[in-house]
Amino acid sequence: MTSSTLAIEGISVETARHGSPLVLVDNVSLILGAGEVLALVGANGSGKSLTCAASLDVLPPGTRMTSGSVSIDGSVLQRSMLRARHIATIMQNPRSAFNPVRTMQEHARETLSALGIPKAEGDQRILQAIRASGLDEPERLLRLHSFEMSGGMLQRMMIALALATEAPFLFADEPTTDLDLIVQREILDLLDHLKRERRLGILLVTHDMGVVAKLADRVAVMDGGRIVETAPVADIFLAPRHVTTQRLVEAHLSLYNLSGVAA
Amino acid sequence: MNLLEARGVSKAYRTFSLVGATKAKPVLNDISMQIAAGETVALLGRSGCGKSTLARLLVGLERPDGGDILFGERSLTSLDKAGWRNLRKTVQMVFQDPLGAVNARSTVKDIIAEPLNYLCGLTGQAAAERVRDLLSSVGLNWAEANKFPHQLSGGQLQRVCIARALAPDPKLIILDEAVSNLDLHLQIQMLDLFEELRRTKNVSYLFVTHDLRLVEKFCVRVLVMDQGRIVEETPVSGSLAFSSAEGRALSAAVLPPMPRQLLAAGS
Ligand SMILES: Nc1ncnc2c1ncn2[C@@H]1O[C@H](COP(=O)(O)OP(=O)(O)O)[C@@H](O)[C@H]1O
Ligand SMILES: Nc1ncnc2c1ncn2[C@@H]1O[C@H](COP(=O)(O)OP(=O)(O)O)[C@@H](O)[C@H]1O
Ligand SMILES: [Mg+2]
Ligand SMILES: [Mg+2]
Repeated sequence: MTSSTLAIEGISVETARHGSPLVLVDNVSLILGAGEVLALVGANGSGKSLTCAASLDVLPPGTRMTSGSVSIDGSVLQRSMLRARHIATIMQNPRSAFNPVRTMQEHARETLSALGIPKAEGDQRILQAIRASGLDEPERLLRLHSFEMSGGMLQRMMIALALATEAPFLFADEPTTDLDLIVQREILDLLDHLKRERRLGILLVTHDMGVVAKLADRVAVMDGGRIVETAPVADIFLAPRHVTTQRLVEAHLSLYNLSGVAA
Repeated sequence: MNLLEARGVSKAYRTFSLVGATKAKPVLNDISMQIAAGETVALLGRSGCGKSTLARLLVGLERPDGGDILFGERSLTSLDKAGWRNLRKTVQMVFQDPLGAVNARSTVKDIIAEPLNYLCGLTGQAAAERVRDLLSSVGLNWAEANKFPHQLSGGQLQRVCIARALAPDPKLIILDEAVSNLDLHLQIQMLDLFEELRRTKNVSYLFVTHDLRLVEKFCVRVLVMDQGRIVEETPVSGSLAFSSAEGRALSAAVLPPMPRQLLAAGS
């Protein structure tokens, strides 16, 4: 894990609606450093997931990338080569990431052999990664199928697979939205620990400013496909500049019966 | 009078292991609770504690193994066809997973019109107008009416499910993590809508959640559930203080309002 900066530059994504092109992501640029958490926040439908998908060359059918590039430490890389090797991913619904008829062991081997990692080394790595993800009895876990595991265990398993790839960056798209508060807190603590201990660079996609408050170092705010503000987390909470950011913070604080610090 | 009541309800599921042996796993254990007209009750607990199972039993989607569910004064086991129809009209439920809760081949318009047709006998122009009102009350445009579920975002589809639940003018709505996947503006917008319906139409809610922040905002009474039992029942007044270990664990996990560096600085 020696890469230090991931730069997403000028990503645009469009779809066709009623025969004419519709821009869904508009010239988005983000910079993510090693050992930092950059939160990408914004309302449902603002384009957060498509930004991640475009960066990794996994856009859903019906959408296409019209501009943009991704580079690591200054060299532009072919986007399809980024996945797993440089950027690991975890997402909102870990259950959907696992094939129910395969064991965790089979998933791990498939992920690691696709990276050209020899089986013996891969098996060793996954055992360590499972422990590092806070799960006990890795040998037993590896024999389980997804339906035999809780959502929280599956999300930890996703994190374990991500760690086993030794990718320096992690895209986490709403990783705790489907989990209960207690498991959410454990997963967020785990991500925080990995950021500090392994210098993992994490792009954290979320709509919850509580998650941002807990974990983020910097925040990029998205609205209607554009980045409207990027700032250190303290500035976002204390002095949000863009009206979208102000509304996000205001709504969030109203949950705690606090009013916004922002004027 | 209680709208809905659980009396000493228990439920176990058989699990089928690969070696063939089956054992029943208790999921609900001697649960008693009531919801009165106009009340907003929170059911709080970590995942897997049995909240959704209790919700399914309360609306009669599944039967308890022991105990009884009462709708008004009648046990669900004694309801006739008209009684079930009345239950369906009076008590609506919004599920956590909107995709699993709708017919993928129906348009938004048809999804919302369905309970209007079969529970309220509303069709044609009258139903269409009501669908339009319902869509707008959940903040969706008429432009979405002819779309299919896969053409909507998760948040839009969840609001379609909320609109469908509101359609037959129910007296009680069970919200099973129904707003957790919406972003905050929409969560607050939905809670405001529910609150308005409570005020103007005396609608009750069972608000199933793990998010204490929303409980404090929206509910008057909270039931804390742990491993299939209700371990605490507390009125919500000001900020919540729990006495049970589980209640305290849940409140300790609430996300911070501000980044740590700001809280520490006393801002
Ligand atoms: N496959 C698709 N085809 C057409 N439009 C899409 C597709 N996927 C997403 N969109 C649209 O793109 C916008 C951004 O979506 P998304 O990136 O998923 O938002 P977010 O992750 O911020 O909630 C939304 O308006 C959504 O409806
Ligand atoms: N249909 C079912 N068959 C077997 N087990 C089930 C079924 N439904 C729920 N369970 C089990 O019952 C427990 C409680 O589940 P659930 O009611 O969904 O909890 P919650 O909604 O609080 O997360 C879980 O351990 C779950 O695995
Ligand atoms: Mg998304
Ligand atoms: Mg549930």
